[in-house]
Amino acid sequence: MSASTHHHGHVDQESIYHDAVWHEHNSHEPANQHDHHDTFFSKYIFSMDHKMIAKQFLVSGIVWAVIGGLLSALFRIQLGYPDEHFAFLQTLLGHWAPDGKIDPQFYLALVTMHGTIMVFFVLTGGLSGTFSNFLIPLQIGARDMASPLLNMLSYWFFFLSSMVMLSSFFVASGPASAGWTVYPPLSALPEAVKGSGAGQSLWLISIAFFIVSSLLGGINYITTILNLRTKGMSMARMPLTIWAFFITAILGLLSFPVLLSAALLLIFDRSIGTSFYLNEIYIGGRAILDQTGGSSILYQHLFWFLGHPEVYIVILPAMGIVSEVLSINARKPIFGYKAMIGSMLAIGGLSFIVWAHHMFVSGMNPFVGSIFVVLTLIIAVPSAVKVFNWLATLWRGNIRFTPAMLFSIGFVSLFISGGLTGLFLGNSTIDIELTKTYFVVAHFHIVMGVAAFFGLFAGVYHWFPKMFGRHMNSTLAYVHFFVTFIGSYLIFWPMHYQGMAGLPRWYYNHNSYESFSHLGDLSKFISTVAVIVFICQVFFIINFFWSMYKGRKVTEANPWEANTLEWTTDEILPIHGNWAGDIPTVHRWPYDYSKDDREFIPQTEPAREGEHVV
Amino acid sequence: MTTFLIVGIVVLLIAIIVRIAKTSEMVSIVKGTKETLEENSKTFAYIFLGLMFVFFGGIAWSLMKYKSSFLPESASVHGVWIDNIFNLTLLVTGIVFVLTQAALFYFLYKYRQRKDAKAFYYPENHKLEMWWTIIPAIFMTVLVVTGLFYWYKITGPAPEDAMVIEVTGKQFNWIARYPGRDGVMGKRDYSLINDNNVIGMDWTDNAGKDDIIPTELHFVKGKPTKIIIRSRDVMHNFDLPHFRVKMDAVPGIPTTFWFTPKYTTEEMRQITGNPKFNYELACAQICGQSHYAMKMAVKVETQEEFNAWIGGQQSYYTTVMPAAAPAPVAVDTTAKAESKKAGI
Repeated sequence: MSASTHHHGHVDQESIYHDAVWHEHNSHEPANQHDHHDTFFSKYIFSMDHKMIAKQFLVSGIVWAVIGGLLSALFRIQLGYPDEHFAFLQTLLGHWAPDGKIDPQFYLALVTMHGTIMVFFVLTGGLSGTFSNFLIPLQIGARDMASPLLNMLSYWFFFLSSMVMLSSFFVASGPASAGWTVYPPLSALPEAVKGSGAGQSLWLISIAFFIVSSLLGGINYITTILNLRTKGMSMARMPLTIWAFFITAILGLLSFPVLLSAALLLIFDRSIGTSFYLNEIYIGGRAILDQTGGSSILYQHLFWFLGHPEVYIVILPAMGIVSEVLSINARKPIFGYKAMIGSMLAIGGLSFIVWAHHMFVSGMNPFVGSIFVVLTLIIAVPSAVKVFNWLATLWRGNIRFTPAMLFSIGFVSLFISGGLTGLFLGNSTIDIELTKTYFVVAHFHIVMGVAAFFGLFAGVYHWFPKMFGRHMNSTLAYVHFFVTFIGSYLIFWPMHYQGMAGLPRWYYNHNSYESFSHLGDLSKFISTVAVIVFICQVFFIINFFWSMYKGRKVTEANPWEANTLEWTTDEILPIHGNWAGDIPTVHRWPYDYSKDDREFIPQTEPAREGEHVV
Repeated sequence: MTTFLIVGIVVLLIAIIVRIAKTSEMVSIVKGTKETLEENSKTFAYIFLGLMFVFFGGIAWSLMKYKSSFLPESASVHGVWIDNIFNLTLLVTGIVFVLTQAALFYFLYKYRQRKDAKAFYYPENHKLEMWWTIIPAIFMTVLVVTGLFYWYKITGPAPEDAMVIEVTGKQFNWIARYPGRDGVMGKRDYSLINDNNVIGMDWTDNAGKDDIIPTELHFVKGKPTKIIIRSRDVMHNFDLPHFRVKMDAVPGIPTTFWFTPKYTTEEMRQITGNPKFNYELACAQICGQSHYAMKMAVKVETQEEFNAWIGGQQSYYTTVMPAAAPAPVAVDTTAKAESKKAGI
């Protein structure tokens, strides 16, 4: 057993933890990141160091983002060029693209897996997993997570989950094809679509593992934030990143179990003849059930009870990262710190009671629908407050255009655009027209897809120096930003127009309808830009992996001149345990930028005489 | 060959950009990275300012260009209400959009990093925060109240005299059923479904023997029309884009939607200026392989035209049971009441 696992094994209290861990560490060996007890496996594979686990999540997230992006590039080729044949598609996909044309069922599989991968593996696992793990202990002043072991298990359940999902690409009947929401009966019946065979089983197993991973991570984040904050770090002095991760973890803890139950019932319906979701179905030439009485609407309620909080699980960490980066680089305190916390709490709370706005046209009682309209549009108020506060943070700032800052700015712009279209969709009356069209696709991609990606990128560019002790290349980052920012608008803005023309989602092509066939040129344009933007992500990939080994070395402890604790570690690359000496004590909130003619005042600096500190 | 060429060019371009990026990093190290960042701020400020104009200009241009692609004026009465709230929401969000995006880009330009400049320490202003909580709340209230006012009108009960049509979704087409001369649809049971009985008509119920299952949907202009929407396999969605109608078809749970067609197909051809215009019924809920082609032709006509059309249709019973005697007209009122219970 390595030294690190040893001392984490029997600490249960903050003070004991700090003393025990650090005395041991200091007495046995000098502060040295290369703990000689570490083997390759304990350091890189089964690591219990929150920073290494964060990197594992990050690299896995990047790999999955490439796969998820590639899938979208493939189906965009089909949508943009529905009449063409591409030899390379057949080379790549084999019998799923006979004669270089994607098979209609495989098209649905591509769409389904793109959504699943992006929502769960990239923007939940990759985003929350990376930054919650990396930043929580470092920013609250803790040696590690409350339970490093559970933390390690969280990653390995995530890994297991993603391997099961990956394997579903290689089963004969193909991966799940019922849309990322996998509504039954489509997802329950192999007769309905090929992907509902073995592929769907693997999907459900994978998601079950993913939920385990998410719960292990979430309970750890919450416990750590509540119990392991350093001296002086009251809740009201936590950086907004930590508040965001905290609320995110609570949302996950309360909503993912419901998805697990939804998935379990679906597994039962698929395999042991129950009919929770199935009723009066005639398919494949026979009535498939003897009994009647199930409801596929039940599944939708259970799914969206997770599904809606899930979009906030995706976007809240991005909001936290963006708030932090904007404040640092505007050289100003985040405007309305308390309102920012309040609005996140409000959004988090409300996210549990708006789910049925995904179901306005499911036949649900109109009165129930109207309640969800009211609750949904209430959520726009705290969202608006956040936007105004970000703008006020920039107002009269001294804005440094670092790569992380550019992505944070991009986030704000996208969040405004995507948030406003939510006011159309959240209003059930307008939703009748727009639901299930490309307007919805445009809305959620901008507001929680691309925007959350921008939060992820901002976080990577900002904390890369702390993660790897090296800088990323700024010029490549700028190219990456402008191509992605402009490209995202060029891809998703025209989709609003397609939605306003009534074009439904999940269509393999739209040539068979007179009503939609004139939208082909827009589709072609969108697809072309999508492929270009996808290829340009290579600038990020090259930059990330190249800089990890060859990037310019970080020489200053605090390259962004930030106030938070992660920049106070004794080593630029923090050791396992984070601070070689005592854990720093906190004396103020993290947003004292440009106060009293000081450029920045770290949280560790005691209040001067007569100074009012938060 | 072209593929290789394209791949080659792309790789070359990427390599060049990476090379430039590395060189510029060297330069910035020589100059000092902090100084470089400060020097660049002016460039970024102008790029963002320029982007703002391109952004707004592009939106205006594309709106003009693609306006004609959007759905034309609604062909149903309630659709006009939806369009009105859509426009109201567009107005409100449009103003907010322009103001906030302009503020964002302008601040980037105006408050770019300047040498020796100091940011303004301004952590909060409760009054301001109160106002920008209250004002959005007021706008939301307006949107919710208008929205729900029409929502209840649209989803309220259909008028007594509404024409009732049943539409059943299946992989991958729609099956429409009209009640026939007696005005009553016969009972159905999913366990009776087979190739010769596509929706499981119960032939012991005489009310069903004159029911018609045509290949096209016909509506009457100005006649409230109530659709009973069903599915016999997976979920579908009954989508009439021109009428602003969408409703899920859920196996085992019938749903309904009622609306009043406003323009005949002919009139719509004149409105759209497209002599080949036709209404279409689409499926809007992912339902499998041919989801994208699950459509049905829709025609709106006058009452006289409709009467002539429906009069020429054979009952489903006679088409699937050619040997059977002509369908008796159901006059039995108890059958009527029963089938109403069972069918709807």
